[in-house]
Amino acid sequence: MTGLVAYVRVFLTFARNSLVRDMTFRSNFMIESISSLSWMLMNLGFYVLIFSYTQNIGQGTDAWDKYQFFVFISTTMFVNSLVQAFFMPNAEEFSELIRTGGLDFALLKPIDTQFLISLHRVSWSSLSNFGFAVLLMAYALTHLDYTPSWFQVLAYPFYVLLGVAIMYSLMISLAATSIWLGRNQSLYNFWFYITNFSRYPMEIYRGPLGTPLRHFFTYLIPVLVVINVPARLLAKPLLPDYGYLALFALAATLASLVASRWIFTQALLSYRSASS
Amino acid sequence: MTAHILTWWTILRICLEERLVYRGDFALGTLMRFMPIVTQIFLWTAIFAAAGQTEIAGYTRDNFVAYYLLTMVSRAFSSMPSLASGIALQIRNGEIKKFLIQPIDMIGFLLLSRIAHKLVYYAVAWAPFALVFFLCRSFFTHGWPAPEILAAYVGSLVMAFLLGFFLESLIGMIGFWFLEVSSLLFVYMLFNFFFSGHMFPLDMLPAPWDTVVQLIPLQYLAYFPAAVFLGKIQGPELVQGLCVQAGWVIALIVANRVAFACGVRRYSGYGG
Repeated sequence: MTGLVAYVRVFLTFARNSLVRDMTFRSNFMIESISSLSWMLMNLGFYVLIFSYTQNIGQGTDAWDKYQFFVFISTTMFVNSLVQAFFMPNAEEFSELIRTGGLDFALLKPIDTQFLISLHRVSWSSLSNFGFAVLLMAYALTHLDYTPSWFQVLAYPFYVLLGVAIMYSLMISLAATSIWLGRNQSLYNFWFYITNFSRYPMEIYRGPLGTPLRHFFTYLIPVLVVINVPARLLAKPLLPDYGYLALFALAATLASLVASRWIFTQALLSYRSASS
Repeated sequence: MTAHILTWWTILRICLEERLVYRGDFALGTLMRFMPIVTQIFLWTAIFAAAGQTEIAGYTRDNFVAYYLLTMVSRAFSSMPSLASGIALQIRNGEIKKFLIQPIDMIGFLLLSRIAHKLVYYAVAWAPFALVFFLCRSFFTHGWPAPEILAAYVGSLVMAFLLGFFLESLIGMIGFWFLEVSSLLFVYMLFNFFFSGHMFPLDMLPAPWDTVVQLIPLQYLAYFPAAVFLGKIQGPELVQGLCVQAGWVIALIVANRVAFACGVRRYSGYGG
């Protein structure tokens, strides 16, 4: 327990230091926040445009109407902004640490290396999208056809965090492979392309190519459950059919975290210092 | 004159050899870049299924997919990775001095090295492009366009390359005044992605946005060539579009020359 408290305190110190650093370059912070917000607005603009031509995306019970889809987009923004704020800058730095030999310093510190590598920098400007997502979510919820139950509202943030954990596992696993490869620029592109699949409702992947693709990105690399499970939980009435997916998301998160921990420790065993 | 051509030829050859070092990475990277198209196919299929129409804004589902594939070709011509940031960096670290003391024109040199970059890119990327277009040939429901349309398409692609180059080099040269252009470049890339038509066909936009895209040159970087190929822009409209695109290229060449001349006058280099 004291160990956990110590880790929380270390994390708070990281967060404070990052905030001090960000506030030292205030204009840069503002520009970063505004540009990531504009990116979100443009993405939203694209969907507003689509919904000016159609009522739904998808058919029948699988259809997402405009406001349900806004819940989906807000969920994407929540997950992405959390991943970008807490893990993305660290994963990017990780491969540089390996290349330059700076990882030696992290290994010498009396703290779990994965924790230190994953969380030592927080990009506060990425959280501006989180704020925007809250507004969009509030707007969408007030326009939904039905009112979600208290259970749905309580389970939602939990499932968003599970989604973040799955994304984190994928990211840290890819970053760890740079120990074996030396450098993995194209693997980062690979990460963006894979997560691109998670940004749409899973029902759109159907047909002879879509169904195997949906199964692959649900059961093997579970990026499709990241956004779909929490978004569906809040945007649509609870149906028992979807219960299995919610249970699966729980299992998939645990499996992803365990697998990424294993990959990380295996990769560390192969680390050869580059500096000395 | 011969010496001049020989110099430029040598520059082009050196740049070509430099670029060919990473051909494997190029080919794989190009193939991966098509992955988002896969999700677009599914997205638009779901949209059309829900809308219950065969056309949205004058495009069928196959047209949309063909459009996205064609914008990939346009972007292969008009995107200029790290051109502006490279110029700004050279201004900042003083490397730009070499163009002031050597009898080589900076903009000309950069243009040639970019041509070399693109030639190598196409030499390697044609294979993944051909593979994807062959696999997706059914989306091109009208087949190949008429020869004159194809000629206009090629012309618009070449001009898209020039437009992309001169736009980015102009942003890079803002570095003479601001030194750091990365945030400005990010804003440019953001607008470029949206208003060049990479995200969706620009003729879907309602008023007043449709007027906005007509007033800025970004549509010529991705939307215009793709729309020409698909036969969306024809007859006098096509001729007018090509003329406006050429006008933008000329205006930007002039702007580049002015910016360079003013920038060099402002620039101060210290040390060795």
